[in-house]
Amino acid sequence: MIWESWQAFWAMGGYGLYVWGSFGMTLLCIAAEVGLLRRHRLQVWRRLKRMKSWDTQ
Amino acid sequence: MNLYHYASPSTFYPLAGKLIPWFAALAFILTVVGLYIGFFVAPTDFQQGEGYRIIFIHVPAAWMSMFIYVVMAFWSAIGLAWNTRLSFVMARALAPTGAMFTFVALWTGALWGKPMWGAWWVWDARLTSELILLFLYVGVMALQAAIDDPRRADRAGALLNLVGVINVPIIYFSVTWWNTLHQGSSVSLTRAPSMAQTMLWGMLIMALAAWMYTIAVALSRARTLVLERERQTEWVRAQLEGQP
Repeated sequence: MIWESWQAFWAMGGYGLYVWGSFGMTLLCIAAEVGLLRRHRLQVWRRLKRMKSWDTQ
Repeated sequence: MNLYHYASPSTFYPLAGKLIPWFAALAFILTVVGLYIGFFVAPTDFQQGEGYRIIFIHVPAAWMSMFIYVVMAFWSAIGLAWNTRLSFVMARALAPTGAMFTFVALWTGALWGKPMWGAWWVWDARLTSELILLFLYVGVMALQAAIDDPRRADRAGALLNLVGVINVPIIYFSVTWWNTLHQGSSVSLTRAPSMAQTMLWGMLIMALAAWMYTIAVALSRARTLVLERERQTEWVRAQLEGQP
């Protein structure tokens, strides 16, 4: 273990804001992309299903 | 092996559906391993202290931002040359992920630049050309969203991608062509890397994770595009009976 304590780990030798700001934003971007992708897919799926049901009526 | 077989949307759709969970799982495992090495194995940098650990996101994101653009331009060229539907779909599916990685590269670069250079942003050749890359990604998405006819939108976007790919070597070589504040490359194919082994491994594993993530997300986006575009066909109608 290269860290003396968890406080030292979160402090990142005084660079905590920059390091966690980088990793945090990346996590946020990935979560947003995956979330939007899933939402869009469900929207398309529902729309196509609706269109199909009109056709068969 | 017949490549045309896989170029057919009705073959691509189920195949991609089977592959996505594997790529997603690989991305997750590689990220966990890469972060472990990056935070618990790689030593403190003698100059930058712990601040250098931004490298484990910054460099893989910057690599992906350029690489995705090249792949997107490749599919655009194939699409323009052979008019293959799936090529345009792949080019479109990659753009948002490319834009995301470009933004992450710029954001982490700013957060790294502030403590090390004393500035969030400087107009040097590396940073400026990477910003242009972001505009190219956003530009192609806006262009394609603005054209109603999907076939015309595909071709217009593909043309923009082919012109824009010129920017990628400019980004890559900017640190050698110009006198930039941004440092030169620490990893190259011709020299031994100028960094500790564990740092290098952490970075490479994170880059591999970014690859796997990109493949999973792009395939997933391509599947949705295929569904929309092939909605009149029997196989899509049959798909809609199942689960999304």
